[in-house]
Amino acid sequence: MLAPRILKELTGIVGSANLTTEPSDLLCYSYDATQQSFLPEVVVHPAAAKQIAAIMQLANRELIPVFPRGAGSGFSGGALPTKGGIVLTTERMDKILEIDQENLIATVEPGVVTEQFQIAVEAVGLFYPPDPASLKFSSLGGNVAECAGGPRCVKYGVTKDYILGLEVVTPTGDIIVTGGPTMKGVVGYDLTKLLCGSEGTLGIITKIVIKLLPLPEAKKTMLVLFDSIDGAAQAVSSIIKHKIIPTTLEFMDGRTLDCVKQATGLQVPDAARAVLIIEVDGDREFLDKQANRIAEIIRPLGVVETRIATTPAESEALWQIRRSVSASLRKVNPDKFNEDICVPRSKVPVMIRRIDAISEKYGLAIVNFGHAGDGNIHVNIMIDKKIPGEAEKAEHAIEEVFKEALALGGTMSGEHGVGLAKAPYIPLEITPQTAAYMKAVKKALDPNNILNPGKIFLDN
Amino acid sequence: MAKLKELEEYREQIDQCVKCGACRAHCPVFGAERREGRVARGKVAMCQSLIEGKLDLEGKVLEDLSQCLLCGSCEAQCPNKVPTDEIVAAARRRIAEERGLSSFGKGVAAVLGRPKLMNFLAKSGGALSPLFFEKLPENSGLRLRFPAPYLEAGRTLPPLTAKPFRERVPERIEGAPGKPTVLFFTGCGINYMYPAVGEAFLKALQFLGATIIIPKDQACCGLPAVSAGAAATVEGLAEQNLAVFSRYRYDYIVTACASCYGGLGKIYPEMGAEFAPLSTQVKDIFVLLIELGLAEKLAALPKAEKRTRVTWHDPCHLRTRGITKEPRLILKNLPQIDFVEMQNAGICCGLGGTYSVYHYDTSKKIGAKKAGYIAASGAELVATDCPGCIMQLQDGVNHAQGPARVVHLLELLVAALPEGEGKLTTG
Ligand SMILES: Cc1cc2nc3c(=O)[nH]c(=O)nc-3n(C[C@H](O)[C@H](O)[C@H](O)COP(=O)(O)OP(=O)(O)OC[C@H]3O[C@@H](n4cnc5c(N)ncnc54)[C@H](O)[C@@H]3O)c2cc1C
Ligand code: SF4
Ligand code: SF4
Repeated sequence: MLAPRILKELTGIVGSANLTTEPSDLLCYSYDATQQSFLPEVVVHPAAAKQIAAIMQLANRELIPVFPRGAGSGFSGGALPTKGGIVLTTERMDKILEIDQENLIATVEPGVVTEQFQIAVEAVGLFYPPDPASLKFSSLGGNVAECAGGPRCVKYGVTKDYILGLEVVTPTGDIIVTGGPTMKGVVGYDLTKLLCGSEGTLGIITKIVIKLLPLPEAKKTMLVLFDSIDGAAQAVSSIIKHKIIPTTLEFMDGRTLDCVKQATGLQVPDAARAVLIIEVDGDREFLDKQANRIAEIIRPLGVVETRIATTPAESEALWQIRRSVSASLRKVNPDKFNEDICVPRSKVPVMIRRIDAISEKYGLAIVNFGHAGDGNIHVNIMIDKKIPGEAEKAEHAIEEVFKEALALGGTMSGEHGVGLAKAPYIPLEITPQTAAYMKAVKKALDPNNILNPGKIFLDN
Repeated sequence: MAKLKELEEYREQIDQCVKCGACRAHCPVFGAERREGRVARGKVAMCQSLIEGKLDLEGKVLEDLSQCLLCGSCEAQCPNKVPTDEIVAAARRRIAEERGLSSFGKGVAAVLGRPKLMNFLAKSGGALSPLFFEKLPENSGLRLRFPAPYLEAGRTLPPLTAKPFRERVPERIEGAPGKPTVLFFTGCGINYMYPAVGEAFLKALQFLGATIIIPKDQACCGLPAVSAGAAATVEGLAEQNLAVFSRYRYDYIVTACASCYGGLGKIYPEMGAEFAPLSTQVKDIFVLLIELGLAEKLAALPKAEKRTRVTWHDPCHLRTRGITKEPRLILKNLPQIDFVEMQNAGICCGLGGTYSVYHYDTSKKIGAKKAGYIAASGAELVATDCPGCIMQLQDGVNHAQGPARVVHLLELLVAALPEGEGKLTTG
């Protein structure tokens, strides 16, 4: 419990309606999608950068850790208040400040929900492509802090590719601006890029300047069943080699398909051992041609069946298969560890085979699906935590999966971030020199280790 | 014996919550308040801690648990189908048990520290006279919906009918041989406030030749009592209704009130083996009408030249159980209207059993959103299938000073039927 005088000072900053120490409120801001829980000492709901700056100054003076939080949908524990202290949520900072149709730029507060922003820009014919599966509830601030990606990354890139500038409260309580509303800008270090993916450890984002694109006229979805994962992986390379960049190239391996079949009664031929969902977008007149071209290119690669959606409803039905994966896995197995490794695109089949070997070695079911177009594989280790020893086995398996991914030139996390969950594995991927460089940045900007301490790098 | 489940019995379902946060996109209360305590994930976490004894039933917990419409919107979109509405209802029963029923209601109002809970009777110009309540049975859900002293001025309420619906009609209306026999469960809304909807119900089913039974002594379904945590009331009502049903032979029990449909078809069947058959016996009127081929009959009618623009509001207790197509099929085939889909037709109106009584401010915020979508649709009439929604939606539209009028779809339907006498005007 923080001293009454500190609470009083905090109340002075945000107002009594926007600060709480009620046990049930502390509980409500103790968790995120990792399902871990750490109780904070106080939760504050600031409405402006100035208030956040004042909070950071106070926190530095009193040495109280501060944990920034968006929607709490993170998969790596970034928003967890591991050391008590202050949870600072951006839920009240949820305004779209400007959509500049002349320059195709928007300015938003960090608490805006991703999908709400997309709806707003699409209403005026503009397009914000990053589409994490959590877009209906994640915050844009959280997206920037995690550099979120999604299926559309193959063609359009990840969150950081759309961020032109930020307003940020530094760990010591200054308000700074990085970048700005121009397409170019090389004056000084590119702090915008540094802050994208910084997981709330280098500053609290209070404003985001976003680049927009014109909204493509239409899209076309197709679902292709292959007799092997190699066929599906080769299809990905072939399509791209033929100079077609689809909007999305999502894959599911045979075991994922089995789970979905078992849980939803999905009807597919038994020969199908891998699925690709391919979507192309652009001018309506070109889409049919493109879809047919793709079908032609991949035909020799062990295609069992191709389904091309002709209406939005049919397209929705195809996507529903992909979206049913998570719930299906859960129906088949009570608990899972969900990792999101990323390997060079061409290495996906090798990686899947190595994962299969690990699965066999530990006697644990591992199912894989994800974004084939950018080599981002969601590795799901299925266990039942109630069975003693299973969780430990899974931990070992995860470490081996990471090592294999790194051996193939990949990374431990494509989009979910390090946070708390992957912090112990950092030395596997980052050399001591690189880690020292990163830590030096953190130390310089946050000398008292106030902002989101213990995330990305474990504190000693 | 009717027995509602204890909070502890939901342990397994509570543990199914993976804290993903998806419910933040779908909970109307969260949409209006944007605090984690208001969303399903937060409430489920609280209930988990309550069961584990890590949280006490006091202070903010009471307030947050009262801030739930029991609309089921979260469950419908939850990847793990966590039934937050049932879990919160169970928690409220525990609150009522431990702290007394009235302390829940009053306590909530007090916690909120709302400035003036004005006596509606004094300020409403007599729209709601004390006679209103004298006419209502002790255990009618409407009493819970409008505990007189808690009503605030400025709320639109329909007048109470001079003669309740069930007193106006015979207990049995014989239909054609070979057609189904239907037990009409009217619910309090139709019986005391919207008798015209009851009349329309009869006309529509008579048109199709059904035999209709309207038991006079049927009771409130109990949904408002569920919302208030009044376990014994709910259980008593369920037993009373089951006894009434058992006197008759019928093919279906049919409702024209989404709340009653939810109460009878979803909550009762959980209360004991003797209630289980209700889950398939209870039907919504529009589902039945479609099954009986009404859409085709309507399609055959000549289209009127001058048509009214009508939109549809999905009541939560229908939408979350997959009933969205049937009323639209009827709307699309009605000759005198042009059906327009509004954006977010499925977002809750904000009534939520007793919710709007204690949280009129949030309820109004939710209603205002809905009123915006209604206005944007350009509809002159909003049709729906629940007296509660009609009341709440009209209140929202009136506050937003919109022109739309809210009606029960049955009223539109009978106006189109060849023998239909009802005439609908807009405005
Ligand atoms: C079902 C589900 C599907 C998902 N799918 C995807 C996916 O496809 N792609 C993907 O990339 N991710 C995905 N995620 C993970 C998660 O949704 C993203 O990481 C998202 O960007 C987190 O946003 P949030 O608002 O919930 O942030 P939170 O979880 O609240 O916080 C995440 C991190 O950001 C920091 N942070 C939040 N706001 C700010 C701010 N204003 N300034 C500084 N730091 C801040 C926090 O301190 C924390 O470290 C998924 C999650 C779920 C539950
Ligand atoms: S959507 Fe369901 S599982 Fe996810 S947080 Fe909400 S209640 Fe829990
Ligand atoms: S039942 Fe409705 S109001 Fe209650 S938590 Fe779920 S979505 Fe929110």
